[in-house]
Amino acid sequence: MAVDEGLKNELQKQGIFVTTLNEIYNWGRRSSIWPLQFGLACCAIEMIATACAKYDIARFGAELFRPSPRQADLMIVAGTVTKKMAPMVVRLYNQMPEPKYVISMGACAISGGPFRDGYNVLKGIDRYIPVDVHIPGCPPRPEALLDGLIKLQKKIDGQKIDQMDGYKEEKNCEYPVPQYGKKGLEPMHNPDTFTPRLDWPEKNTKGNLRMPNYKPQAAPAAPKPQPPPVQP
Amino acid sequence: MSETALHSQEPQLLEVSIGPQHPSTHGVFRMNVVLDGETIVKLKPVMGYLHRNHEQLAENMSYLASMPYTDRLDYICSMTNNFAYATAVEKLAGIDVPERAQYIRVLMAELTRLVNHTLLVGFLLNDLGAFFTPILYAFREREKILDFFEATAGSRMMCNYFRFGGLKSDLPAGGLEQVKKIVNNYSRFLDEFERLLTNNEILRSRCQNVGILSKELAVSASITGPMLRASGVNYDIRKVDKYSIYDRFEFKVPLGKVGDVYDRYYVRILEMRESIKILQQILKQMPEKGEIISAKGAAAGKSPRMWKPPAGDAYGRIESPKGELGFYLVSDGTPKPYRYHVRPPSFINITILEDMCLGYKVADAIIILGSVDIVLGEVDR
Amino acid sequence: MNIEEIKTDLLKHVPGLELTVEGESFVVPKEKLLETARFLKENEKYRMDYLSCVTGVDYLAARQGQPGQAAVGGQSELASDYLESVNHLYSMEKKQGPIVLKVRVPRNNPRMPSLTPLYRGAEYQEREAYDLFGIVYEGHPDLRRILMWDEFEGHPMRKDYVEEDQDVR
Repeated sequence: MAVDEGLKNELQKQGIFVTTLNEIYNWGRRSSIWPLQFGLACCAIEMIATACAKYDIARFGAELFRPSPRQADLMIVAGTVTKKMAPMVVRLYNQMPEPKYVISMGACAISGGPFRDGYNVLKGIDRYIPVDVHIPGCPPRPEALLDGLIKLQKKIDGQKIDQMDGYKEEKNCEYPVPQYGKKGLEPMHNPDTFTPRLDWPEKNTKGNLRMPNYKPQAAPAAPKPQPPPVQP
Repeated sequence: MSETALHSQEPQLLEVSIGPQHPSTHGVFRMNVVLDGETIVKLKPVMGYLHRNHEQLAENMSYLASMPYTDRLDYICSMTNNFAYATAVEKLAGIDVPERAQYIRVLMAELTRLVNHTLLVGFLLNDLGAFFTPILYAFREREKILDFFEATAGSRMMCNYFRFGGLKSDLPAGGLEQVKKIVNNYSRFLDEFERLLTNNEILRSRCQNVGILSKELAVSASITGPMLRASGVNYDIRKVDKYSIYDRFEFKVPLGKVGDVYDRYYVRILEMRESIKILQQILKQMPEKGEIISAKGAAAGKSPRMWKPPAGDAYGRIESPKGELGFYLVSDGTPKPYRYHVRPPSFINITILEDMCLGYKVADAIIILGSVDIVLGEVDR
Repeated sequence: MNIEEIKTDLLKHVPGLELTVEGESFVVPKEKLLETARFLKENEKYRMDYLSCVTGVDYLAARQGQPGQAAVGGQSELASDYLESVNHLYSMEKKQGPIVLKVRVPRNNPRMPSLTPLYRGAEYQEREAYDLFGIVYEGHPDLRRILMWDEFEGHPMRKDYVEEDQDVR
């Protein structure tokens, strides 16, 4: 039951402070988000620069970067997520206690970035874990990261305790960790968090990047004795 | 009975994986250590967690299009990466660089060296346990240099400023004054840093005689950069190859005596002072006006998808702040390189990590790794 | 460093060596690689004690027949399928170099001797060439994948490698 704004102001002038449990709970949570110390690549340097003196993230209460996922409630995925690293990211996400949030910082974490076309790059971390805020940029400026953090704070403000996903009993806490396969990860994505769009105009991951018209030849016959490798 | 008594006295070795997510592994780097108590018995580095197939991407793009990707190799020193790539392509295609552009190139390279060494001292002290205070000082100075980079090249970190045969654009108005201010204040900042650190008891007792690297092993393991010079080998590519216009400047090459962590830290402090000397000489000698890119280079940049270098191969290298950064290019006469390979200093400097860490404790292994100065973007490419 | 001078010295001191010169590099048969490198490292005139760069290159004949393309590697005719390992040697003592040694191995049996017994620095670079190209270095102390994960199959930097399509349902 929300209190009327005018009444609130009147009471405040008299020294009585009125709020709802939801509001104050969310205020406490959003004003002291503890990020996980998890920088992968170049964006990590901008994350550290945000934590330093010029673009102080301590003003927003988030200067305490925790090394352990058990004590953090925000994971800023800063940098390219490769297929080799993806199982670790999901495992770390599973180890974080609820309520937890993910910020995808930089073009690489959102969708693969400039390194999209490759055999080892995961095209965005939201293939396996749910992401709350995406911050584009390569790398995003420290001010952009602060802007993303403010958006996350607004999102936290809008949550209601009795409707939060993380507190429900039937919530599935374990996101499946992908395994290393022969050419990539298995499964290729988590259907709960991501649906690939098949109508993108450019499908540049299909086939062989280097030789688009290459047709593999038939298997060679038994090896003949090799000619000397030196050309006259 | 004697057998069981013997059996119970055997040491039980513990295998621990440090990383890839760890506050002090400088990125996603993993070390599988086998411990006897707290002493390291075996250490195997595992990398590839940031392998972004940079070389494969470059084979599908024109030469100039890979320039922004070289920024992201060693993401702290983007200017020197560009420099190495531009040197390699200019060697391959026989492009020359005009005077003023050469001066500005060396200016950017030396400022990058200052940034890198300052950050290294900050991160090494972070590993030692001085949580975050030296990093704050280091980043404060770095921000001043980044402001200059942003004014000149348009971006703080990923500058993409060099072109084949010159640079993208000239310095902005007031750029040189900015550099003068930085250079004049840097010695005082270094004095402040040193006063707090160099004779610090904790730093000395933890870093001296830890992680010693002998001369012979360093040369055999292809180590380059400040790590090699801390072991006493006088090999600085700026003096050996005399690439660009480094032979016009007077600067010394500081060498270490013992090759331990303390020497590696101190060699970098001395190198920063030499860089400041070079910067002061640049500011005196730089011509007022001049071309920024040569004619051949401008032709290469005008239509990069049509520019064809001659067939052949070339290996161009420079002294980046971490060691020898080289690019090996094989061209087949088409606008895309046939083979593009990066010789990364951080990758090769880790070869003897195990040798340096054996017999020390886990905490020492962390600072030995810190003193090698790796950046995962370069190790894994 | 004079290419002709180096060639004469090598032919004189390494018995049974057959060299060709391509551009500014020497193509050495794989059986003689260790001897040649050892001579260059220990001889007083050269003292090439620093192995700067070891890398692999994939010369696929089908790749080279593209229109408008010159023959790769400075040869006059299109080459057959082979993998090549390129080594750049410098001298830290005498501050000279580079001397470039190239070794060619056929694609279906890419085995060649490793330079690790002479130069420790070749260890990781040869592992990388094995991982990405499939060149097997005999005599390497620990030849396994370094950049890709162990269960990965295939050699990604070869010209005919096809990657997986991540956009399937």
